[in-house]
Amino acid sequence: MARRMVYLDHSATTPMDPRVLDALLPCFSDVYGNTSSSHSEGRRAERALETARETIAGLLNCKPHEIVFTSGGSESDNMAIRGVAWYARRVQQEVHLVASAVEHPAVGKTMAVTAGELGCTYSLLAVDHYGRVDAEAAAEVIQPSTTLVSVMAVNNEVGTLEPIAQLAALAHSRGVLFHTDAVQAGGQVRLDVQQLNVDLLSLSAHKFYGPKGVGLLYVRDGVNLHPTQTGGSHEGGRRSGTVNTPGIVGMAKALEIAYDGFDEFTAHYRTMRDLLIDEVLTHVPGTILTGHRTERLPSHASFVVDGVEANTLLMHLDTRGVLVSSGSACKTGNPEPSDVLLAMGLSREAALSSVRLTVGRSTTEEDVAYAVEALRASVERARTLPSGGLYDFN
Amino acid sequence: MKDVRDTRVVVAMSGGVDSSVAAALLVEQGYEVIGVMMRLWSEETTAAGAHNRCCTPDQMSDARRIADRLGIPFYVLDTKSTFRTTVVQFFIEQHREGNTPNPCIECNRQIRFDFLLNNALALDADYLATGHYARIQRDIEGNYRLLKGVDEAKDQSYVLSVMGQAQLGRTLFPVGSLPKAEVRRIAERFGLPTASKKDSQDLCFLGDGDYRRFLREHAPDVMTPGPIMKTTGEIVGEHRGLANYTIGQRRGLGVDSREPLYVVRMSIEDNRLVVGASNELGNLALTARRVNWVSGKTPASAFHAEVKIRYKAKPVPALVEPMDNGRIRVQFDEPVRGVTPGQGAVVYEGDVCLGGGIIERQPNQVGR
Repeated sequence: MARRMVYLDHSATTPMDPRVLDALLPCFSDVYGNTSSSHSEGRRAERALETARETIAGLLNCKPHEIVFTSGGSESDNMAIRGVAWYARRVQQEVHLVASAVEHPAVGKTMAVTAGELGCTYSLLAVDHYGRVDAEAAAEVIQPSTTLVSVMAVNNEVGTLEPIAQLAALAHSRGVLFHTDAVQAGGQVRLDVQQLNVDLLSLSAHKFYGPKGVGLLYVRDGVNLHPTQTGGSHEGGRRSGTVNTPGIVGMAKALEIAYDGFDEFTAHYRTMRDLLIDEVLTHVPGTILTGHRTERLPSHASFVVDGVEANTLLMHLDTRGVLVSSGSACKTGNPEPSDVLLAMGLSREAALSSVRLTVGRSTTEEDVAYAVEALRASVERARTLPSGGLYDFN
Repeated sequence: MKDVRDTRVVVAMSGGVDSSVAAALLVEQGYEVIGVMMRLWSEETTAAGAHNRCCTPDQMSDARRIADRLGIPFYVLDTKSTFRTTVVQFFIEQHREGNTPNPCIECNRQIRFDFLLNNALALDADYLATGHYARIQRDIEGNYRLLKGVDEAKDQSYVLSVMGQAQLGRTLFPVGSLPKAEVRRIAERFGLPTASKKDSQDLCFLGDGDYRRFLREHAPDVMTPGPIMKTTGEIVGEHRGLANYTIGQRRGLGVDSREPLYVVRMSIEDNRLVVGASNELGNLALTARRVNWVSGKTPASAFHAEVKIRYKAKPVPALVEPMDNGRIRVQFDEPVRGVTPGQGAVVYEGDVCLGGGIIERQPNQVGR
């Protein structure tokens, strides 16, 4: 097969849509004002910012002032968890936090660190072998002192969709705030915050063909956040710092494009994903799908490849022009098993053998066929690596 | 012969000058080059996670940047468990047997020219290249020969003497035909870092460079104190465990004596360290086992050659006599000091490295 480069790592990041670039470029030069300035250039920049905010609020079905712009998903998650916990600590004696056992470290680690800093406690919600939180089990974990429950909308490693609306309803029935890290879901799941009934929601633009370095936190009216970044009281005092107008304008355009073409894009993702899953399971021996077969992100396929260390496999795939990632992604040759897969009940060995292939708008059937053949050949090579004498591969 | 542009070479990169220049030269010659660094095992000495001195985070990022500058891919290969179960285990076991091992020889035998070379071949590479100072030539009959590096002071053929025809046919040493000064000039020309890693006697997997502490922790049995005995039978002190000493060692014995005393042998059986005068150190002969012949063929009869008994020793004239079971007997023209069980005995004919084996305990180094 003629060599080509196939990028199947869209859950890591996406290339920026050219229309997004067109929309944001003027904000670097023409509309250069500081949104805080009272003069005409300041007002022009402010108009661009607030128009973007309105666009996004319309798409998420919330009020514009409920959107706080940030530098991305990790900052949004930090703002939600630290902001809620710090505020709660001022007004109540005991603070208890809850997250799922399969969160991205931006939530999982932040919660552990915050609990340590504030002297509060936290619990992790167990998941089933798909990586899905059981709402009934979650009910057991919530205590009178529980302040916040945080569960991701989609798991980044295995693509599993979490029952967010159900968990949010449960949290509310117990008077607890609910946050969701929707970074992986961005652009691929219709995130209507009223329907989902969440209090806080994190998004990051570069996951849906927007620019890097920009994201948002939806904060429902009435939710009190202690500001984690103080200064000139931008964003309603919730996030100080000169506003990243180009990034925000780009993010609004990217979300608009994603929602305008929503059905078409997600149908394409599903077609490519299902083809990829079927072909891999058929043609690559010793592969097991991780996560749910259907209740998963449209673009997301993930596998455990028996007997192959994932980082070795990634190296082989890269030399064949196929760009993917692993649950134990590591550039230092010191892979650690994925916590997510361990929480799902997989063995340590299996957790070191996981690969993730995520399709995008430009992925074609030819790309999938090429990637599957490259995976088959790479797995064969990486699996038979001998020692104690040179191996004849020809 | 394949066109260089269709020839894929995996270069073992360390972030240092030699392997960086090796990679740069191959890129310049038009090969398709892939940079690989092995992540080797190291002691857990810090909470942040231990790093083998051959592959620290700094060296990894140096190598990554060099690869990027040369426009080649770069990967780090997890080699921790393989290295632990071969080289490190070998190091411990050799000390248990009263030997002074050379882990670099074992690393080249089991890791670099086996594990890594196989990984390179699996990546469809035609060759593995390293920054070693040695040369590979093909004679008129098509056999590969291993030669000393042009820069005799830097020559590393001693630790490469474990290579056979299969390995040599798949290996390139791009800097082996250059003097070190020239390698530095080339590094400057390519804008590569010119500082080489400090040549060190320390072992790469030791957290602090102290192998005695390492053995105390990982193999306390080889660190049992016992008597120091002169060859005359007189007990003159107590040693701190035989693995602390090596044949020919004078310093650090902690024995009061008018004449200088040297470690003559170690008696594992009764945990005695035997010391004697310098004239008791010489050996006129040695035997070695696990002998590798680079040609792949054991010589039919004894022959005259030069033999090197340590990495930094000078080769000395000797008669080399092949024996059964992959052993050789080496008869020196004059007595040689410092014949140390566990070190390599490597056989040369001029610049050509014919092979070598691991020095066994000699009759005068056995018993009381």
